[in-house]
Amino acid sequence: MAEPLLKVDGLHAGYGAVEILRGIALAVDEGEIVAVLGSNGAGKTTLNNVLSGLLRAWRGSICFEGEVIANRPPQAIVERGIIQVPEGRSIFPTLTVRENLELGSYRRARARRAANFDRACAIFPRLRERLGQFAGTLSGGEQQMLAIGRAVMAEPRLLILDEPSLGLSPRLVEEMFGLIARLNEEGCTILLVEQNVMQTLTIADHAFVLENGMVTLSGSAPAVMDDATLKRSYLGI
Amino acid sequence: MVEAAIIVPAILNGLTTGAVYALVALGLTLIYGVLHIINFAHGALLMVALYGVYFLYALAGIDPYLALPIMIPAMFALGYLLQRYVIGRAGHGKDENVMLVTLGLSIVIENLALYLWSSDTRTIETAYGFATVDLGVALIAVPKAVAFVGALAITAVLWALMRWTDLGKAIRALARERRGAQLVGIDVEHLYAVSFGIGIACLGAAACLLLPSYYASPHIGSAFVLIAFTIVVLGGMGSFIGALVGGLIIGVTESLGGLFLGESLGKIGVFLIFIAVLLFRPTGLFGQRV
Repeated sequence: MAEPLLKVDGLHAGYGAVEILRGIALAVDEGEIVAVLGSNGAGKTTLNNVLSGLLRAWRGSICFEGEVIANRPPQAIVERGIIQVPEGRSIFPTLTVRENLELGSYRRARARRAANFDRACAIFPRLRERLGQFAGTLSGGEQQMLAIGRAVMAEPRLLILDEPSLGLSPRLVEEMFGLIARLNEEGCTILLVEQNVMQTLTIADHAFVLENGMVTLSGSAPAVMDDATLKRSYLGI
Repeated sequence: MVEAAIIVPAILNGLTTGAVYALVALGLTLIYGVLHIINFAHGALLMVALYGVYFLYALAGIDPYLALPIMIPAMFALGYLLQRYVIGRAGHGKDENVMLVTLGLSIVIENLALYLWSSDTRTIETAYGFATVDLGVALIAVPKAVAFVGALAITAVLWALMRWTDLGKAIRALARERRGAQLVGIDVEHLYAVSFGIGIACLGAAACLLLPSYYASPHIGSAFVLIAFTIVVLGGMGSFIGALVGGLIIGVTESLGGLFLGESLGKIGVFLIFIAVLLFRPTGLFGQRV
């Protein structure tokens, strides 16, 4: 079997003295959509921040394309192609939409900026209409598109999406999941972190369920969907 | 009109001084805008730059204007190193610590200058020091005219850098959204130091433009730093255009104040503006509402 693109083993991390992640193990194969599910406080965002180098890993290993990347600085991780679209988007409000997109290729794929810019505009025609507008004036849904567009500019090897459906209207949520599936079809490996369990599992290949900083359930998406534990904890069946 | 014959030159002189003030304030406002710290060492570092220009002239015979390509990178490097290895380290990310560190730095630097170079004021004599240009309405001293044009040109270059280059975009991005900046791969500590360095490089440029019509002494910085703070508050904290417009307004105010009220009382206008801005428009002319 081929080496997974991302392999996390025995990962511990937290804030101050509080341990949030207590021995996470997961793997993402090239070309997949892998879902990380869990309720609030399960450690999903903490996991993302450790993967992106924003937060130190206390123990455990993170391997990307066979290379150990745990506790490398964020810019080194971006350089390798792990691009995160965080919860809350973190777009640059005082820069224009165009400048936001351009900065997506600040560290990576700078040479192909023009081509990727066209690609991002093709994926999000709404952004093309608003290139000269300050990003802070966009609606929530448009900001989410911009955040993903900015990530696309870096030609991600692994795209981490943290709650992309959060705060969007049901119609936009639908659109967002369609878009994620499309990005994946175009060859982008995606780690999708969500609370929206059922919709996430319909587009994911594999899923890991996080509870209290540990993986309590994992497997192929259909298997996870059928699992009794998941039904009990999320759907109350 | 006797009045106009006095007032017009006063205004023009005020504009020339104001442009250099603007350059000093630009450095201060850039550092505040990006790092969210108030650099109390700004005046002391301007003093260091003035001595730098003085010694380049006195010891190596380098004309102050030709010293620009030496002083700008030298002060940039000094600023970069100070932020990366002193202010950033000692601050531990706490604003009150950073304030004390920059304040402490200014005291250390000023007293070192006093120890090394004594309290004598140092001036240089250039061939063009007392030359004037005739603008038709008034005669302006050549060093002042050069300072005006030079300060505006450097401001324009800096503006273009911030507006159009990746570096400038990254600095503006970092100023408002640190996490987002990290997630596009911006090396945050490096860029903070670069921003601080650019702010201090402005002082290197200002010193080159100032010295032909000014002097160096260990306590010269405080005179500028109070005015620079006023400009930054007037223009709006962190505002680029505000620093420029504010600098020119303060320069003219000071010049007219000096004309009508005399040299020592003349500065009162500057501080009346300061108080009025704080009372009636605390965000400044171009500041963003919080």
